[in-house]
Amino acid sequence: MKTNTIEEAKSKKHREFLAQNMDFEVRSMDTMCVNESELKHPVWHNLKYLVAGVLFGIILVKAEVISWFRIQEMFRLQSFHMYGVIGSAIAVGAVSVFLIKKFKLKSIYGEPIEFVDKKFNKGNIIGGLIFGFGWALTGACPGPLFALIGNGATVIIVTLLSAIAGTWVYGLVRERLPH
Amino acid sequence: MNFIEWIKQPWPWYVAGPLIGFIVPLLLLIGNKAFGISSSLRHVCAACVPANIPFFKYDWKKEIWNLYFVAGIVIGALIINLFLANPNAITLNPKLVSDLQASGISNFQGLVPVELFNWNSLFSAKGFILIVAGGFMVGFGTRYAGGCTSGHAIMGLSNLQIPSLIATISFMIGGFLVANFLIPVILNL
Repeated sequence: MKTNTIEEAKSKKHREFLAQNMDFEVRSMDTMCVNESELKHPVWHNLKYLVAGVLFGIILVKAEVISWFRIQEMFRLQSFHMYGVIGSAIAVGAVSVFLIKKFKLKSIYGEPIEFVDKKFNKGNIIGGLIFGFGWALTGACPGPLFALIGNGATVIIVTLLSAIAGTWVYGLVRERLPH
Repeated sequence: MNFIEWIKQPWPWYVAGPLIGFIVPLLLLIGNKAFGISSSLRHVCAACVPANIPFFKYDWKKEIWNLYFVAGIVIGALIINLFLANPNAITLNPKLVSDLQASGISNFQGLVPVELFNWNSLFSAKGFILIVAGGFMVGFGTRYAGGCTSGHAIMGLSNLQIPSLIATISFMIGGFLVANFLIPVILNL
């Protein structure tokens, strides 16, 4: 009974969010709302995400997936490396998600872990192609942009600022774009 | 080979890939967070230049974990650069090397081709397209697509989402076209 009330409150909050944000992309809806922790934590609790980021940054560099050359190899079908990295990451991720769902695992704060289905829109294709163009040109997707800067390729700061500008322009014109 | 030399080597895909995969359950378990990077760009917009655009009018502070996460990526990469960098050039497919040499690239040390990605080349057509225009497309495209390699390809496919599969295929088609047909032209500008 108690669970039901919480569920109802969550779905109401989710609908309110949709109404006010008019967001076509589900990914940000999850982060903004449904997948959002209802708990309040002191700021230092965020340090665990910093540590997770440090681990991810180390892996990105050591795997050489932030290399412009590796990305060219991938798109020119000249190396298996990137396909191996992304493919095995998905395999481990999928098994983890399956186990979390099957055993109804909870987060360390005791909250049930939730997943939200993404809804298809034309942006998945059009935006996806545009991102693909940029990925091949810069040799970096968003994670590697941050890693390249940390690794000393300072001019990538310009690429990151340009990516932020791209996101901003998308926000500005999104109502006029097909979704 | 001592431990430091051993750890300085690049990691093969079957080590790095599964470790990246483990970030998915890690973030879910430590705070119910879905793995994704490109949203951080949106949070920066919302925090710094919302400009009354509805897309940026939300409580970005609730999503601040994402900014801690990307700050961590910078720090992690810095640690490797300072202490555990691979001293050797990346081993590349000889075909790529000869193709790029034909387009005037001679330096294969480092993670980016320094002849193309440097502060001076920003003001050349080549550098502007690769560094500035490319970055713009990454930011615009990921938000339009609703995610990037992490949010769609890894998190979305791990959760068996069809829209993520469609998005991932689109990323690959876009990248394939540009890398094979456009980049050779750009490099010869």
